[in-house]
Amino acid sequence: MSGHSNDNVSSEELWGGGRSPYGISYGKMYMWFFLVSDALTFSGLLTAYGFSRAASEEPWPIGEQVFRALPGLEGQYPLVYVALMTFILIVSSVTMVLAVEAGHRNDKRGVVRWMLATIIGGIFFLGSQAWEWSHFIHGGGGSFLLATEVTITADNGEEYVLPVGEPIFMDHHFGEIAEAYSNGDASVNLHEHHGHVTLTQFGEHTHEVELHQLTIHKYIEDEQVITGDDIYTLWEARSESFTFGANMHENEYATQQSYANFFFFITGFHGFHVFSGVVINFIIFIMAYRGVFERRKHYEMVEKVGLYWHFIDLVWVFVFTFYYLI
Amino acid sequence: MERDDLIVNDSYPLNAHHSEEEGVKIRKNIIFVTVLLTVITAVEVGMGVLFKRADTFSWEMIKWTFVTLTLVKAGYIVMSFMHLGEEGSVMKKTILIPYLIFIAYLIFIALTEGFGHLYNLTNFH
Repeated sequence: MSGHSNDNVSSEELWGGGRSPYGISYGKMYMWFFLVSDALTFSGLLTAYGFSRAASEEPWPIGEQVFRALPGLEGQYPLVYVALMTFILIVSSVTMVLAVEAGHRNDKRGVVRWMLATIIGGIFFLGSQAWEWSHFIHGGGGSFLLATEVTITADNGEEYVLPVGEPIFMDHHFGEIAEAYSNGDASVNLHEHHGHVTLTQFGEHTHEVELHQLTIHKYIEDEQVITGDDIYTLWEARSESFTFGANMHENEYATQQSYANFFFFITGFHGFHVFSGVVINFIIFIMAYRGVFERRKHYEMVEKVGLYWHFIDLVWVFVFTFYYLI
Repeated sequence: MERDDLIVNDSYPLNAHHSEEEGVKIRKNIIFVTVLLTVITAVEVGMGVLFKRADTFSWEMIKWTFVTLTLVKAGYIVMSFMHLGEEGSVMKKTILIPYLIFIAYLIFIALTEGFGHLYNLTNFH
């Protein structure tokens, strides 16, 4: 495989004009062709997402409302985590360019060092994505759907007429035990009296949570917190239908399941590219470390995997804009 | 079998080695692109947080700003990080023109058929 890499073939024998009009080796050219076809796949996915969104008659969730959590921190940080992931990928793209640049100077130590940095960046990105998936799947606190029409006054004083099927969102603490309750967990008891709703989970440690607040329109622009007597009115009007987080059949973020499906497919497909990119980078890192390219006297393999790695960053730039931002 | 990536030819970037001094210049440019990409991303997130979607007119403008900024970022990644800007013009066109034709067609057909679908839904059912 690598044994013939330094054989010289006369270009006059291969090209009628004496030189290739492309001025590029076939390895890099076919990497480019592969990337064009891969780019079309991602373009197709994002166009399909835009199509579904435009054709949807229900309000579509907003990225800033859905993705606003940070690991281990309470509070609201809209898109900060996704921006951080973007930054990690940009930095790892930069270390890749630096590896390619070091290769052009035949600087083996530089290539090895920057390839390692790129791999670490890729692993950090994959870890961030794992957390984001986990957070998306577990959700905020779950929702229940209304069985009857309800008129309530939000904390801002405005009156809302909520139709049948409107999702009402619970907070994180209540939602956790409500999920066990709605799954038929026998250790969870529900108490309702004098306008107070309490869930008690008996076990080694007994947990008791009272329903203190509910949220309407949580994942669209007009988010409103509901407290006071209206909580009981909404709780009374609930249907059997509870949703917690997201899976392949239902999600609490939107009535359209396509929202969650596109999240899983687009970020999943991109994440798979990142994973394979890390594996390929690792192979090239080992080869560089063992001096294979030093013996070949050129580091073109680093350039080829570099193209693939930059492409992953390129795709993420578009996913970030079209899935999260717009 | 003859492999044309093995040709030692001065027109091939395979042998486009550069010196230590040129490397310093190239690394400076890399840092510039990095800072630019980071700043654009931060600006995008800031705009997303600040502006409300409820204001239809301005949100329309902001959406187009996002698309423009994204294309700027994509241009820098492809031309600078992926070195497409340094390839020959035949190579550049071979990559960009087919992609741009297909993507323009895809967007055109999705928009046309997409609105056709909405039209049927509201008018014939």
